[in-house]
Amino acid sequence: MTEQHIKLAEESLEKQTTTINVGPTHPATHGVFQNIMEIDGERVLSTVPTIGYIHRAFEKIAERRPYYQITPLTDRLNYCSAPINNIGWHLTIEKLVGIDIPKRVQYLRVIIMELARIADHLVCNSVIAVDTGALTPFTYVFQWREKIYEIYEEICGSRLTTNIGRIGGFERNFSEVAWKKIHDFVEGFPKMLEEFEALLTRNRIFMDRCIGAGPISAERALNYSFTGPNLRASGVDYDVRVHSPYSSYDDFEFSIPVGATGDVYDRYLVRNKEMWESVSIINQALGKLKDHDPSVYHADAPDFYLPEKAAVYTKMEALIYHFKIIMGETDLPAGEVYHSVEGANGEVGYYLISDGGRSPYRLHFRRPCFIYYQAFPELVSGGLLSDAIVTLSSLNVIAGELDA
Amino acid sequence: MTNEEIKKSLSEKFPMLADWDEQYGLLSFRSGADKGLEVLQYLFHNLGFQFLTDLTAVHYPEKAGEELCVVYHLHNLVENVRIKMKIFVPVAKPDVFSATSVFAGANWMERETYDFFGVNFVGHPDLKRILNVDDMDYFPMRKEYPMEDPTRTDKDDEMFGRG
Repeated sequence: MTEQHIKLAEESLEKQTTTINVGPTHPATHGVFQNIMEIDGERVLSTVPTIGYIHRAFEKIAERRPYYQITPLTDRLNYCSAPINNIGWHLTIEKLVGIDIPKRVQYLRVIIMELARIADHLVCNSVIAVDTGALTPFTYVFQWREKIYEIYEEICGSRLTTNIGRIGGFERNFSEVAWKKIHDFVEGFPKMLEEFEALLTRNRIFMDRCIGAGPISAERALNYSFTGPNLRASGVDYDVRVHSPYSSYDDFEFSIPVGATGDVYDRYLVRNKEMWESVSIINQALGKLKDHDPSVYHADAPDFYLPEKAAVYTKMEALIYHFKIIMGETDLPAGEVYHSVEGANGEVGYYLISDGGRSPYRLHFRRPCFIYYQAFPELVSGGLLSDAIVTLSSLNVIAGELDA
Repeated sequence: MTNEEIKKSLSEKFPMLADWDEQYGLLSFRSGADKGLEVLQYLFHNLGFQFLTDLTAVHYPEKAGEELCVVYHLHNLVENVRIKMKIFVPVAKPDVFSATSVFAGANWMERETYDFFGVNFVGHPDLKRILNVDDMDYFPMRKEYPMEDPTRTDKDDEMFGRG
């Protein structure tokens, strides 16, 4: 496999360049993926990525499971921002079936998705710093990521792979403790983010490492089907929340941060600004929620949403619906739908073909990490090895989303 | 640019396009494998669909002669319109053009489709398996292969309550 890019100098018997193996288990590859690099001194001549170490056959498994059992699979795609994947999947089903979601539920979903986006960007930005040698911001930031985990735990019981929400809304209303945690988070987070920025954004060493490393032009990025912060860092303001609004994102006012050269520094700045925008969106949502009935936390969709337990024990219809949903006897309408949401890494798409049965006929996940990681050889060829490492972490490649 | 205008423009240039459908607002059509690259290039250069959202395949074992369906999701970012193109090929000779000449992003998407369905993309620079092991000799997403790996010899059914 490496033979194709081993270059022998004229009339030379031995290889002039070095082949090194970065990964699959390596502190700099955050996840399990391998790069076989050909380097000449410190300069990277070419690299061949190998992926598939964490391939778990989600698309095949999904053909065997009823629809609500596929949500835990979507958790494990981009596991740093699992709620976005969960809610995206529920939105896909709701689009297929045609369920109307109440406004309050949509705003609650927006809060959860923006918290997940903050969590993912915190990881990515602090890890860019770790790869340049700055370990302190990482420790500050993970305290706050822990607070986001606590919010998820209050709402759905899990911290990382959340399986949050149901088809039609949420499994329970947000408790007083959850609201307190959300308010405490939005109050304390801006100060921490300012501290984080003060450590890194105008830091001489960080700027020298990151500016000019792994740039990509807007034309090449679009041709490679980049989406998300990596595309926005190159100057293209494509954001699924604005272009195909879902879950009432068009009720909110937020801007799309855009970079210029698409290098590591631009990606860092775009993600940083997106975190500020996410905090603003959460605050707007908290304000908008006051105008809605606080007891509403799911849609009226008895075919898909489990009835109240008290009703199951007393009413016949509730008992029948409960049985049908748990035993997977609910058939979904036949049809083909493609729905996408703005994940932390880009456009996460769900291409669902239903044949009218209890499981999908075909489910395909459009995974942004998989699609933009193929540009990695082009980003690092010709640059230094240390630039390649920082570029790899700035792309925010999550192995779960890479391999599915 | 509405779906009707796109359909009109495509049908005038390529009259053999068929199966026009518009589910949930997404215009969809099917093309023959021979004309597929021309249609893709027309969509790219003339209609502005310069973003390849997704490329995947579906296996319909009951459709004899056209079991494998390669699906292209394209997006015109300027006008914010999406479109879906399908190409059906038989499983006996699953040859389709490679979209890598138009979209650099189609490279790994086609490798993944080859890996799981066995679709042969003619003109792909490096068509080999991407997510599965290199020495796998079957295509796992095809409907005839069960979810559990039947080639596995080390799993003892007795221990799993199936002996």
